[in-house]
Amino acid sequence: MESKVIMDPPMTPPVLVPPERAASPLAITEAEDARPPAFEVEGLSIWYDEKRAIQDITITIPSKMITAIIGPSGCGKSTFLRSLNRMHELVPRARIEGKVLFAGEDIYSSDIDPTAVRRRIGMVFQKSNPFPTMSIAENVLIGLKLNGVRERAFLRERLEQSLRMAALWEEVKNDLHKPGMSLSGGQQQRLCIARAIAVEPEVLLMDEPASALDPIATAKIEELIHELSTKYTVVIVTHNMQQAGRCSDFTAFLYLGRLIEFGSTNKIFTNPSERQTEDYITGRFG
Amino acid sequence: MTMSSSNNHRWRKAKSAFASALAFVAALLVIAPLGLVLFHLIRSGASSVNWDFFTNLPTPVGVVGGGMVNAIVGSFELLALAALIGVPVGVLGGVYLAEYGSARANAMLRFVADVLNGVPSIIWGVIVYGLVVLRFKSFSAYAGGLALGLMMIPLIMRTSEEVLLLVPTGYREASLALGISRWQTIVHIVMKTASKGIVTGILLALARVAGETAPLLFTAFGNRFWNHNLSEPIAALPLQIFTYAISPYDDWHRQAWAGALVLVVTILFINILVRFLTRERIARVL
Repeated sequence: MESKVIMDPPMTPPVLVPPERAASPLAITEAEDARPPAFEVEGLSIWYDEKRAIQDITITIPSKMITAIIGPSGCGKSTFLRSLNRMHELVPRARIEGKVLFAGEDIYSSDIDPTAVRRRIGMVFQKSNPFPTMSIAENVLIGLKLNGVRERAFLRERLEQSLRMAALWEEVKNDLHKPGMSLSGGQQQRLCIARAIAVEPEVLLMDEPASALDPIATAKIEELIHELSTKYTVVIVTHNMQQAGRCSDFTAFLYLGRLIEFGSTNKIFTNPSERQTEDYITGRFG
Repeated sequence: MTMSSSNNHRWRKAKSAFASALAFVAALLVIAPLGLVLFHLIRSGASSVNWDFFTNLPTPVGVVGGGMVNAIVGSFELLALAALIGVPVGVLGGVYLAEYGSARANAMLRFVADVLNGVPSIIWGVIVYGLVVLRFKSFSAYAGGLALGLMMIPLIMRTSEEVLLLVPTGYREASLALGISRWQTIVHIVMKTASKGIVTGILLALARVAGETAPLLFTAFGNRFWNHNLSEPIAALPLQIFTYAISPYDDWHRQAWAGALVLVVTILFINILVRFLTRERIARVL
């Protein structure tokens, strides 16, 4: 019975595109609708010791779109996000049940190396964390170098390309050999994004990437996330509802470890089906 | 209850002043020995620290002049051998404690390391005598280096563990999320970030064993000439000081003072270097 669900055609969310994206050439077309989803999560539960952080979540996350995960603190948003590239396994005694299919493959299958999963599914964290012993250039290229890429011309090109994508190139192009830590908070976070995309993942998971930044830096990051979705599947956890409304295509609302509602951002914010979603979005709790 | 009970107030003030004075005296008692030792060493030894001392071999009793060059070089050789054993085992042990071990295994290992730290140094000499010297039927530089190296292991292990734990988890996560393997993350990110702290621990351990005499009595044994073969007895500064100090000859006594001065100044220098490194490390990691 389980396999039947997997074989079902991917649940294509209703075509309710936020206006600014509908105008872009990247808006969903009929053909793109047939594109396989990035993640198919099925009956996912996660425990830390005896505490159940995620309860039986089933969700299909579309590829090359921005999916926001919202919910009050402690609802399991971060745990869920981290389960998508097996980062939650770093917590001792974490236990998982259910399936996470990425491009049709179960990332928790016993013959899959978590390192290989993370190479394809990158992550940006809440607190910017450039490596303190490395320059800006070294920070961006460390993932490639440690994965065995040696060719200088290629590295040089990838360095510029990644920093450009992260909208940081113009600000740092003359300081590439300065320490990554010498940048401002917002720049450091964009450096971390450049570092994550330098290894060319297919997905970027973002755990409240702008929550420690001022409004101007936040706006830059949001704009950047928007740009990134032309090339990557982006899943972003945020406790800032305006942010979810502004920059995502789809929104999932989690509460007490359960998925309450998932749909196009437009629908979730204007006409949610669930009472709890509405209460949260209108600020009645959380 | 009256606030203006001035008698009581004066009594309390007196008690406070008395306690402060006691603490001050105690602090002086801590600093005084170092000053006294240095003062006495300089007064008795400085006159014999000359060019000959650093360049000549010991002379027979009654022949003036002579130095301890073989003991100085021998001490460095012994320390190098000790580092060859103590550094890799100690640092990797620290890596295990900080990065791999389960809580239970770590508690046991830490306890064992702390017990080993408390083992009197002569015991190490006796153990190595039994294990190595008796088996190969010869005192040797190898045996001396092994005894000192074994002493260094628990010291380096604990300091390495401490500085590795100072490296924020965010750096490990950032690295793993780039698809960098766990071992590469530890070597290229965590250990690199903590490298100054690790070097500090190594230097402190070297300074600690540099002055050890007891473990060398049954192992390196001492030598009045150059050592041309590490499987034969070798001179060491502390051993030479010991031999000369218990001898009945005045010129040997003067040389012992000179040797003690050189040894103490060397160790003091290592400690000052450590202070310097530590200050920089704390500024950077924390």
